[in-house]
Amino acid sequence: MANATQGYRGSEDYIASKPLMEIVNVAVALGKPLVVKGEPGTGKTLLAHSISRALNKKLIVWNIKSTTKAKDGLYVYDTVQRLNDARFKDKDISDIRQYIKLGRLGQSFKSEEQLVLLIDEIDKADIEFPNDLLNELDEMSFHIHELDEEVVAKHRPIVIITSNSEKELPDAFLRRCLFYYIEFPDDEMMERIVKVHYPDIESKLAKEALKKFYWIREMDGLRKKPSTSELLDWIKALALGGIHLEKIGSEIPFLGTLLKNEQDTDRFIKLSSAQGGFGFKRRF
Amino acid sequence: MFIDFFYTLRKHGVPVSITEWMSFMEALYNGYFQSSLNHLYYLGRAFLVKSEAFYDAFDLAFQEYFGGIKTEKLELDKVMEWLENPLHRLPKLSPEEMAELQRQIQEFRNTHDIDELMRQFRERLKEQKERHDGGGKWIGTGGTSPFGAYGFHPGGIRVGGESGMQSAAKVASERRFRNYRNDIILDVRQTKMALKKLRELKREGLEEELDIDETIDRTAKEGGEIELVFNKSRENSVRLVLLMDTGGSMLPYTELCERLFSAASQMEHFKEFRYYFFHNTIYQDVYEDIQNYKKVPTEKLFSNFHKGYKVVIVGDASMAYSELFDINGCIDYFYTNDKPSLEWLLRIKEHFPHSVWLNPTHMNFWGHYTVDTIGKIFPMYELTVDGLKDAVKTLSSRTKSIRQLSEMSA
Repeated sequence: MANATQGYRGSEDYIASKPLMEIVNVAVALGKPLVVKGEPGTGKTLLAHSISRALNKKLIVWNIKSTTKAKDGLYVYDTVQRLNDARFKDKDISDIRQYIKLGRLGQSFKSEEQLVLLIDEIDKADIEFPNDLLNELDEMSFHIHELDEEVVAKHRPIVIITSNSEKELPDAFLRRCLFYYIEFPDDEMMERIVKVHYPDIESKLAKEALKKFYWIREMDGLRKKPSTSELLDWIKALALGGIHLEKIGSEIPFLGTLLKNEQDTDRFIKLSSAQGGFGFKRRF
Repeated sequence: MFIDFFYTLRKHGVPVSITEWMSFMEALYNGYFQSSLNHLYYLGRAFLVKSEAFYDAFDLAFQEYFGGIKTEKLELDKVMEWLENPLHRLPKLSPEEMAELQRQIQEFRNTHDIDELMRQFRERLKEQKERHDGGGKWIGTGGTSPFGAYGFHPGGIRVGGESGMQSAAKVASERRFRNYRNDIILDVRQTKMALKKLRELKREGLEEELDIDETIDRTAKEGGEIELVFNKSRENSVRLVLLMDTGGSMLPYTELCERLFSAASQMEHFKEFRYYFFHNTIYQDVYEDIQNYKKVPTEKLFSNFHKGYKVVIVGDASMAYSELFDINGCIDYFYTNDKPSLEWLLRIKEHFPHSVWLNPTHMNFWGHYTVDTIGKIFPMYELTVDGLKDAVKTLSSRTKSIRQLSEMSA
């Protein structure tokens, strides 16, 4: 089928690797949810935004918190409001429909056009949460007990689910999804990403910055490795600060944008002085 | 079609289910793979592998199954190119260091015929199909290899030592995901599910749940005037203290204990979770760190934690007779104890009626005298999923005092 290769091809401000593009396209074609995992800062959440922009479809974001229940995503029956309205008889409360509010998943099912639904950080929720959504995501339909009505998706939404692997997802859930692990981008890819965000940046500055960035990432024992978003911040700071190229070679200006806690900064200073700034000490 | 691949995957430990295989087949039938091995690799992986921990196993299986098929020549050439220019990915070097490196490489080339090496490498790529651990293969053996030695570290070459490059899809044999292989995490979920049973729901916190029964009741009493009654939502009030043995005899079970530990610490549903370590058995101090440097007086456990805390002790409970029963019996020569360990264990049981002992060794080995004694103080369970379930049951139920327990066992 030819259209699997057409369709999603990344968007202006998001660079997707080729396999990822293809998997997105297959997921769209088959109407299966796509589970995206990867280090923080590899652009899991942005993927959904990018898909929505590239395919020109509306995006609905369902942010998951530790207290989120699966049912919240389907619908909420606002009993309190109804009772309250019953107290003052100025409203017709016999129509239960006005107290049923659809959740994010429900909205995406009911929509007249196909949407992109992002279920963000599904692993934040209770360990049983994904299991409660099995049928809903499989059949793309659910039942509203209060109305005795079946909500069936008119157009299967493009479902993107992100996970930080705080909790593992249940097998039964994963079986129904496609899975992709976004690797941390290598330097070539990263250069393209930087270019997309700062098209005017001097390519020499970007190259130097990237070199240092990967050097820091390879240091042992950092609590939090700097990720893409930190790199972008750093480059922006460098560009704004008008730092000269020679300076990046010998020291790291604006270190605070890359390393976010004290222990890492200490560790960095210790290692960089021990290694004389080259970072391949252990490999001999 | 490809059904052997399914079994190859399973043989390599990738937990592929029939559902997944069927949707993979469906995609295959619909022609999404465009008869390209690369497409098959990436899409197949998305369909069949659901955790990055299995990416490596998938790579191996893919190699084994599709290994013989010739694909783009380019990939192999690229690897060769890397091998010839190991320097281009290094951080910036000073001229002296660069010169030194060049000199070393040159020296290496003088002593070893580089063409001969390349030939061997190519040969090895052809021969090697399976994973080879250890041994003196010249790629990836640290100091002796030109590639490992000079910090040449693109994903590609780590392959060399352990797996072949009979390249079907380049990436499959690169095995870039080897580092994500993490067999420990596989069972954490099961452990968590067992621990999850450990809960006591109590009404605490803000009043935010509508109490429907009470609302109806009050409303009726008010003669139809609606009266909303809210209730505090229910929260888990379990507080857990985990005490873990770090003694030498526990070494074989490190992984198992890590699993339990990571499951317990990842569980957000406990009201409070504390952990301490000890060596073989507990005396007047427990430790905050595995290395047993940061002492915390055991006495503090009694003053800081009330008796509602649930205590789980993990240890093999087998030790020298004197360690348990004698004053100054501790195995560490620098440590003196004026009360025998047994006394401390009894105090823990007295103070924390909800306490159990998890033993990673098999029940058959519990005949040891100290194990038997400790088993009389604490209800003892195997550190298995079933044992854990039973332990959780005991922790949640009304507990029996030591006397009742000893009467039972007598």
